[in-house]
Amino acid sequence: MAEVRLEGVSKRFGRIQAIWRLTFEVEDGQFAVILGPTGAGKTTTLRCVAGLERPDEGHIYFDGRCVDGLSPAERDVAFVFQSFALYPRLTVYENIASPLKARGMGRDEIERRVRWAAEVLRISHLLDRMPDQLSGGEMQRVALGRAIVREPNVFLLDEPLSNLDAKLREGMRTELKKLQTDLGATFLYATPDHAEALSMGDKIIVINEGRIHQIGTPQEIYDRPADTFVAYFVGSPGMNLLPCRIISEGDRLFADIGPGAFRVELPPEVKEGLEDATTLGIRAEEVEVSLREERGWLRGRISLVETLGGYNIVEVDLGGIAVKARTDFSFSPPPGAEVWVRFRRDKIRLFDREGRAIPSPAACKAPSNA
Amino acid sequence: MAEVKVVGLWKRFGDVEAVKGITFEVKEGEFAVMLGPSGCGKTTTLRCIAGLERPDEGDILFNGRRVNELRPSQRNIAFVFQFYALYPHLTVWDNIAFPLKAEKLPKEEIRRRVEEVLEMLDLKGLERRKPKELSAGQKQRVALGRAMVRRPEVFLLDEPLSNLDAKLRERMRGELKKLQRKLGATTIYVTHDQIEAMSMADKIIVMNEGKIQQIGTPHEVYHNPANLFVANFIGSPGMNFIRCRYDREGGRLRDESGGIEIPLSEIAREKLGSISTDEVIIGVRPEAIEFHPGPSPRAIEAGVYLVEPLGSVNVVNLEVGGEVIKAVAEPGFSPSVDEKVWISFKEVSLFDGRGGDSIGAMGGEELWRR
Repeated sequence: MAEVRLEGVSKRFGRIQAIWRLTFEVEDGQFAVILGPTGAGKTTTLRCVAGLERPDEGHIYFDGRCVDGLSPAERDVAFVFQSFALYPRLTVYENIASPLKARGMGRDEIERRVRWAAEVLRISHLLDRMPDQLSGGEMQRVALGRAIVREPNVFLLDEPLSNLDAKLREGMRTELKKLQTDLGATFLYATPDHAEALSMGDKIIVINEGRIHQIGTPQEIYDRPADTFVAYFVGSPGMNLLPCRIISEGDRLFADIGPGAFRVELPPEVKEGLEDATTLGIRAEEVEVSLREERGWLRGRISLVETLGGYNIVEVDLGGIAVKARTDFSFSPPPGAEVWVRFRRDKIRLFDREGRAIPSPAACKAPSNA
Repeated sequence: MAEVKVVGLWKRFGDVEAVKGITFEVKEGEFAVMLGPSGCGKTTTLRCIAGLERPDEGDILFNGRRVNELRPSQRNIAFVFQFYALYPHLTVWDNIAFPLKAEKLPKEEIRRRVEEVLEMLDLKGLERRKPKELSAGQKQRVALGRAMVRRPEVFLLDEPLSNLDAKLRERMRGELKKLQRKLGATTIYVTHDQIEAMSMADKIIVMNEGKIQQIGTPHEVYHNPANLFVANFIGSPGMNFIRCRYDREGGRLRDESGGIEIPLSEIAREKLGSISTDEVIIGVRPEAIEFHPGPSPRAIEAGVYLVEPLGSVNVVNLEVGGEVIKAVAEPGFSPSVDEKVWISFKEVSLFDGRGGDSIGAMGGEELWRR
């Protein structure tokens, strides 16, 4: 397995700048996820790494060696697509064996590898079937089998679960992560689904409109988003982002939300660069809601309750500003009900006019192991 | 607004029985969601209500009046497929006025009705804009406005959000629910997405293979599913199932590997008394699994298989007996792989292992003999 590094890679198609100066690395054996909405440049990035597109500028390295001049075959990467792209007239066995045959590998070695891959993916009982006799999940396993038998330098996976239904996707998520860990394989995985990225990635590269917004571990991306784009894109619901202005009264600091709707006191240790803050961010699970009046809490009204089974998302109207909170499933007041709300102070995030996070001292303490 | 009843509805297409004798009602002003996988008959049912398909058997009643013989245009319904089907070259005003112009209503009447809809949907000031100058939320409101302007008695919505990306869908869910409440509109909404159903519905009608599996509030279908299909289809991650043998004489449940053995309480044995098989399935929601620091009475030993962080929670995959089950834990709880943990169940559902019907839901404590 290889370590992969991109340095300042850009690619333009006509007038569209698909990706712009991407620099990141994927360590040997790491599960890296490129996360971004449709059109962010995810597929273009993978295609550049595979050698299917030639970057306009920048360089790509495998294990420190520049591969810019190498063909896709010479790079020896395995590409797994959203459409499973199996050969319809070949059996499962033949499909998995096809890349090895193309390489002229001996029959016994092919057999050994196909059987191993089938066992790892738990499809040994399907080897004689034709693709049209398989379910979506089974087809995706065969596509994976065809990739793992090659023992490539790196696996590039382009939304491999997008065509599966929700239930299956959930199960495959766990299996893929387990497979990657067991193989010790280097994965570069593109997806628009933040749950896939958070649950599987060792490292997440968040991109939008061809540019990197943040690189970090799932926890860093979720807890310490670098900007408002990441804050809203990652998580369901996305982080509450409220317009604000900072005011100080003696030693105390407040965010005036709206401005003019309500005030939130900020932790005293936050000071640096604060005057630039124009947006306050808070995750739904860091907003506490009570039906009883609580001293010092904000008064609001329930505008919406979304029951999601294991928990509820309630929307509270606080002086004309809508704030979402995650509550227990049993908390289900009627619309219009009066409630009291508090933000967990140490979980408040602040962003400047450009949407960039204003670092707080707590952020500096968080260990970085991306 | 109307109340809708579907009584003993059958619909066949050639040899395929799409809908097999279903009966349900939707009260005036209610938001009902028909939920099921593709091919379950939900869209066919909706099309029968709209008058786009003719039932082979059974009746459709609006306010108690049989409408089987009425053409779609005579039923006074609004059928919305997806929210983006606006006329791109027409302004907001003209898009909304379109159905009334087609009916050749007097100019003054059209003006009055369009104004009323614009007001109600908060679209004032946007009348002269073209669809491409609108945000996604505004487009949705225009599409809804076009449906409302005819003053339909029932709104029929067929997977209206399925073409939107995940973030937008999340926002539209809440918007749509609030609008429906404001309008007091009788709404029948078809989807395969359990999150949409759970978050928006007053009543969920779960369908599979042309039959109704359960009718209930989101809380009921989630916490007291009628059978294994409903239990499995609703929730993410889905309910865990532990296949057991019921030792009637000993009053115990044992899983197949022998890893779990539960001496049953009086209540549990009473419930199980009615079934004719000794195959029993224990269903446990991932968030109903509780972790204990060490061995304790009524706690089951489990091995950590994989931890999937999702930001607001961690999904902990556990090996119990021979099976892997999922537990939802706090984001701070992240045991290492192969670590031993002890778990108990806060809430369980019991199912007949052969037929799949629910035997009942109960607190985890109530399951065990004291």
